[in-house]
Amino acid sequence: MEYFQQQFIAIFGAEWGVMLYAFASNMTFIFAIVIPLLLGVAYLTFAERKIIAYMQIRVGPNRVTFFGIPWLRGWGQPIADAVKAIMKEIVIPTGANKFLFVLAPVLAIMPALAAWAVIPFSPELVLADINAGLLYILAMTSMGIYGIIIAGWASNSKYAFLGAMRSAAQVVSYELAMGFALVCVLMMSQSLNLGDIVNGQQGGSFLNWYLIPLFPMFLVYLISGVAETNRAPFDVAEGESEIVAGFHVDYSGMAFTVFFLAEYSNMILVATLTSIMFLGGWLPPIDMAPFTMIPGFVWLLLKIAFILFLFLWFRATFPRYRYDQIMRLGWKVFIPITLIWIVLLGTIMQLPESIRNIFPLSIWF
Amino acid sequence: MIFQDIIFYIFSAILIASALGVITVRNPVNSALLLVLSFVTCAGLWLLLEAEFLAIALVLVYVGAVMVLFLFVVMMLDINLDRLREGFWKWFPFGALISLVMVVEISMVLMGKYFGLEEMPIPRPHEADYSNTRELGRLIYTEYVYAFELAAVLLLVAMVSAIALTLRHREDKKSTDPAKQVQVKKEDRLRMVSMQAEKKE
Repeated sequence: MEYFQQQFIAIFGAEWGVMLYAFASNMTFIFAIVIPLLLGVAYLTFAERKIIAYMQIRVGPNRVTFFGIPWLRGWGQPIADAVKAIMKEIVIPTGANKFLFVLAPVLAIMPALAAWAVIPFSPELVLADINAGLLYILAMTSMGIYGIIIAGWASNSKYAFLGAMRSAAQVVSYELAMGFALVCVLMMSQSLNLGDIVNGQQGGSFLNWYLIPLFPMFLVYLISGVAETNRAPFDVAEGESEIVAGFHVDYSGMAFTVFFLAEYSNMILVATLTSIMFLGGWLPPIDMAPFTMIPGFVWLLLKIAFILFLFLWFRATFPRYRYDQIMRLGWKVFIPITLIWIVLLGTIMQLPESIRNIFPLSIWF
Repeated sequence: MIFQDIIFYIFSAILIASALGVITVRNPVNSALLLVLSFVTCAGLWLLLEAEFLAIALVLVYVGAVMVLFLFVVMMLDINLDRLREGFWKWFPFGALISLVMVVEISMVLMGKYFGLEEMPIPRPHEADYSNTRELGRLIYTEYVYAFELAAVLLLVAMVSAIALTLRHREDKKSTDPAKQVQVKKEDRLRMVSMQAEKKE
């Protein structure tokens, strides 16, 4: 790193060299996040098809392979799908608002990728270590809804519009419960910085993770995350039995794929945030020799993979919610639970030390 | 410093252009989207002022929630675009008068010597570990706690009254209560009848 900085200063001079070095290193870091993320999205679709297939006693994609290697059968499927999507024509319907129709997928994927800027992958590995990281994440995920609404409106189709309306109402409702669950996390960690939140869960074993003192909030956050990404069983925005495919019914080719990418990268984002805020991020489950040998990044990946597996499991096993019951769950169940938990948590935190030590609460507060 | 100046002018230009667009474009949906753009660029300007909490809160509250609902409503309205322009020239002198008054007021405050802009010290840039959010929280919950609580109560009253005004209990609706639904037992609904098996002729 130092060597490259010296080279930049030598070539471009002291003032511009530092600036260009910062630019170049940030761009490298951004690509180092985005490219594995998109590959992860591609293979998440493959994992989804395989896992759901095995749950339904099928085989799933098992044809496309690389260079004819037999034991890689099926692994070429995401690449083949991507190539197919790139080749396809993007049809713009008559009567659609052309500019907004093209803009909508961009608006959907922009926040899904931008939110990754503040995610800490290990104690040192974070692109932007900002103080208000949690707020930034909330702001970015709340912007993702624009892609969906604009897509629904610009398509000039009733099905797309109904899907967009459903999705907008759903996302705005569940954002509240999600935000309140995160308020509990930041009360525990006393910081909005995601790195500090993980460090606050340090202390020997998985008992220190916020999963245990905030277990109801973990459930609320996870379920709201499923609802926020419009995944089954909350996927009424694209309920194919009711409104064909919802907001992206008129999209084809790469424009459709961009929505797809946004949805899956949002899924990975929610899984990552759940691992960071409730499952201790890069911390090993027990701070002992065989567990600490594995690097923290691998632990984070394992936790993300577990949450993603839950997402796929939900999709394979739950029937779709009815729309009014989705709203009821968000407003009448989750928000009261989170509000009560915030008050309870505040009360426990304000208890004098002597009372807290009677119960074994002292490891968390 | 020069880099920040470039960013400031770019953001200001986008902000002014999009704010002009909000009031000049025909389609109300485009207008609402331009308002979103001006909020986001405004948040960028606030970030330059090291007010990161305010900037993110602006994006979170206005862009993420308020404007979504705004768009939601605007998209559902069936607006005749031609009729929107009808009264433009009729109301133009009135609007021009109001904006003239506003410009004069702002220039009196900022350009005159009443405000004493020169006497204010130039704000010092903070260290990297300075948390804007923490400082704001501390001020709001200590010095301005009464004003803050009053504002919260005011919002609550507005919310309760909005709900109370629009809440109606309809007698003819068929929605079910999930709490009652899950308590239904098999014995309440289902009656098993044993029948003689019939032979196929």
